[in-house]
Amino acid sequence: MIVAARIFVVGGATSFRALWYWLTPWIYVPTMLVAPIFQILLFAYIGRSAQLESDEFYVIGNAIQYASIPCLFAMAQMIGGERFQNTLSAILVSPAPRIPLFFGRSLPVILNGAFVGAFALAAGSLILGVHLPASSLGPLALTILIAAFSCTGLGLMNGAVSLRIRENAVLNNVIFGFLLIFTGANVPLDALPGWMSTLAQGLPFTHAIEAARQLADGATLGEVKGLLGAELLIGAIYGIAGYVVLRWFESQSRRHATLERS
Amino acid sequence: MSALRLLAVAWYLQFKMILRSPFDGIGNVLYPLFFATTAFFVFRAGESPRTLIYASLGAAVMGMWSSVSTSAGSAMQRERWWGTLELLVAAPRHFALVLLPATLGLATVGIYNLVATLLWGRLLFGIDLTIEHPLLFALSILGTVLSFGGLGFLFAVSFVRFRAAWVLGNFFEYPVWLICGFLVPLSLLPSWVRPISWVLAPTWGMSAIRESALGGTPVPDLLLCLGLGAAYVVFGVLVTDRVLRAARQRGSLSLT
Repeated sequence: MIVAARIFVVGGATSFRALWYWLTPWIYVPTMLVAPIFQILLFAYIGRSAQLESDEFYVIGNAIQYASIPCLFAMAQMIGGERFQNTLSAILVSPAPRIPLFFGRSLPVILNGAFVGAFALAAGSLILGVHLPASSLGPLALTILIAAFSCTGLGLMNGAVSLRIRENAVLNNVIFGFLLIFTGANVPLDALPGWMSTLAQGLPFTHAIEAARQLADGATLGEVKGLLGAELLIGAIYGIAGYVVLRWFESQSRRHATLERS
Repeated sequence: MSALRLLAVAWYLQFKMILRSPFDGIGNVLYPLFFATTAFFVFRAGESPRTLIYASLGAAVMGMWSSVSTSAGSAMQRERWWGTLELLVAAPRHFALVLLPATLGLATVGIYNLVATLLWGRLLFGIDLTIEHPLLFALSILGTVLSFGGLGFLFAVSFVRFRAAWVLGNFFEYPVWLICGFLVPLSLLPSWVRPISWVLAPTWGMSAIRESALGGTPVPDLLLCLGLGAAYVVFGVLVTDRVLRAARQRGSLSLT
């Protein structure tokens, strides 16, 4: 049990620190802190141009949706980065239990994703003059954390697929694009075709964004608990599915000697 | 004449390499389509008198810019990673003649982006675009591609001292989308933003494409777009000379 806890905490922290080998402040600040502000501004002004929704709608939607960048890319890097550093086989040959090994790597990613989303929400609100009630700030922080958890579950599946494909950067961008369209971040779900709004119910962020908008409009945490529960459930399903796929691809990679193929 | 031949041959080589790159040839084409789709849904659901045709043209030029901004910033860095930078700098031709085709090649992929976005809008959203001035429309696209290539060239040489040059290229994707009038009219932006928009060739390229498609006077916009593109190239050549001289003096050409 202690060994598993050590692998979960120390392994996860070490893996996340390894990201900073290349994710320096020169990269982190423009991509994680400044870019989401421009995404918020872009869609807020498109919304004004199209006369669709309020600034608050776009600030909340895009701040939460942008958390997908750290969640998806870091989880894909969990495999791709280890492979690039030639450490992937050393990790997978070890007898370490896989659940703490992989989920430990997810925890710092969730926290970082939540930080990016919260920063974007705060900065976007200040720049566009969106007022968020003080009573909503705590529940909003919790909502963003749950959204980051949910997307990291999808990221784990993305990381698993990285055992099979070389161009995970392209795949990350494609998933990001789907989340941009389907989750209601910029287009109200009732303005999407029926099949798209139905599909959105199974994606990370859809329920968290809806919950965050209701909280900003004065709802209490209790009133959005159903939405947050659904978001948690979706994240858990993706996380478990990602773990299963990861184990399967790991086994396939051993069998076909394709672990280091990049 | 031999300089033009070098430009043409290098452009063709770079273009072929870009088309075979999953990131530049596929990713950079797919990625803007997601933004275009979102914009189409927003404009379709909104109550603005601006039509989907307005959004379609704007989204198409957004795609053109994406193909340049994301990868041009690191065009010189890529040669450094491949170990070919020293050879190219030591070649008897001016280094700008080698680098400019790389960014022009990226801008050329933008034409595919433009066509793909217009077709996407036509097939999925029923946006029926009738071009009022076909010849001027074609010239506007060509002028916009050339100016985008020039701006990309300026990015490539200006960012070379930054190890994370690719980030700076990415960084300029959203701001140009926002302030060059692709989907947001300049009149909606704060007044202090407009002078910045005016010195960016994409603003005039977008305007020329829209005016020629919807009926208007695209020639002044096209000339401004081309003039700014030429200015970027001249400025880029000056920066190239300075950067290479400094790199030779400090022995930092292959610094990664």
